[in-house]
Amino acid sequence: MRGYKNVTTSALGGSEMLDISAWFNDLLAGNLIFTPTTLGYYWEGLVTTSQLVFLSLLAGLVLAVPLAIMRSSKRKWISLPVYFYTYVFRGTPLLIQLYIIYYGVVFIDGIQQTFLWPILREAFYPALIAFTLNTAAYTTEIFRGAIKATAKGEIEAARAYGMSQSLMMRRIILPSAFRRALPAYGNEVIFMLHASAIASVVTLMDLTGAARFVYARFYAPFEAFLFVAAIYLCLTFAILYFFRFLEKKLLAHLRPQNT
Amino acid sequence: MLDLQGYGPRLIEGAGVTLQLAVLSLILAIILGLLTATAKMSRSWLLHRTATVYTTVIRGVPDLVLMMLLFFGGQIGFNALSDVLYYNYDIDFYINFNAFAAGVLTIGFIFGAYMGETFRGAFMAVDNGQIEAGKAYGMSNMLVFRRIRFPQMMRHALPGLSNNWMVLLKTTALVSVIGLTDMVRVAAEASRATHEPFAFLLPVAAVYLLIASVSEWIFARLQKRYDIGFGGQ
Repeated sequence: MRGYKNVTTSALGGSEMLDISAWFNDLLAGNLIFTPTTLGYYWEGLVTTSQLVFLSLLAGLVLAVPLAIMRSSKRKWISLPVYFYTYVFRGTPLLIQLYIIYYGVVFIDGIQQTFLWPILREAFYPALIAFTLNTAAYTTEIFRGAIKATAKGEIEAARAYGMSQSLMMRRIILPSAFRRALPAYGNEVIFMLHASAIASVVTLMDLTGAARFVYARFYAPFEAFLFVAAIYLCLTFAILYFFRFLEKKLLAHLRPQNT
Repeated sequence: MLDLQGYGPRLIEGAGVTLQLAVLSLILAIILGLLTATAKMSRSWLLHRTATVYTTVIRGVPDLVLMMLLFFGGQIGFNALSDVLYYNYDIDFYINFNAFAAGVLTIGFIFGAYMGETFRGAFMAVDNGQIEAGKAYGMSNMLVFRRIRFPQMMRHALPGLSNNWMVLLKTTALVSVIGLTDMVRVAAEASRATHEPFAFLLPVAAVYLLIASVSEWIFARLQKRYDIGFGGQ
């Protein structure tokens, strides 16, 4: 071993590389839990989680923009129903919302005979619907806050230019509100990633579902859940840095000049 | 209108479990949060680092995963610990993991990290001159904390605290997944048994809304109390 060490002369120290790969091979050979099969489950879980989170965030965003405009309307009959919706969805646990949609759909009389059944039977779509409605409620409130915080001068300037209400909304209020909402929305995205773990409760094989399967199969809670926790941590940091980057780009004009 | 088909008493019992769980874990979270905030502001490198790792890791991982890790891993961990103690030191010590206590510990541990961040911001918002003045009066560190820092800090911490409490309350629903019989678990069981999900899940959702609304009112009163002397708006 010592003689071998002297022969390798690469910059990184070839022997150390070899040691690491040997150690890694030992690790793979010595463990019974992280086999290619279970790693495959984790991978599928990662795909499911990403799909769920991405699709629900996208749909939630599309829903939230008109809802936020309605919510900040001065007319009570427009803003009040939206307030009721956000109040209910923000005031109750996501798990209950998921149960209501999941069981509610399954037990509707006659649904088993309709063409919708093959779609609704799988847990993915009820979960997607529940997550979308939940994130739409939170996002609506975030956007409403941002719309309310629009500087008065901007609105007066838009009016002075003779802009109509809708043009002002499109060109002045929404673009600046989106930028202001960015930090809070980043938090919402991370919150949604973490909330998606609940999908495993309705038999979906997301990341947490994969971990639960591995735990049940090998009775190894530390390995199963610490591994998945590390994956979630990495995802969280990726989202965090992505939003920091966006904020730097889009909020550059708001930074103090002397920094 | 409200036909609970004999599940009524169990649902009420479950609601009691939810409420106890939420309040006890809130207390634990506040204690942990105060400790974490103090550690984060301390000059000791080790304390500072430990607190930072704690808040970062806990806030980066889903509650449910942490709950399962601590809940399922807790008993195995305790067993291993008692084995070590028995064989090496001949100490006979055994803890049977109680589901309710485990729930309180887990949720308290998770929200301690969130509270830590809230309290740190609030502590930093207290004017340094106030603390210096307290010291100039010859107050001990403990007395400065109790009479000056804490009351003024709470004013800044309350909005975050109220927010954390709302999230914590909703997080308690997750204990139903790991085997505690709270009202969500009773409602889910009843919906499966009777095929009438709305009859049980909607009232439970209403109870959550009720608790949230009442606590909102309490927090508004508390805010008023702590805002005294700051020229309330």
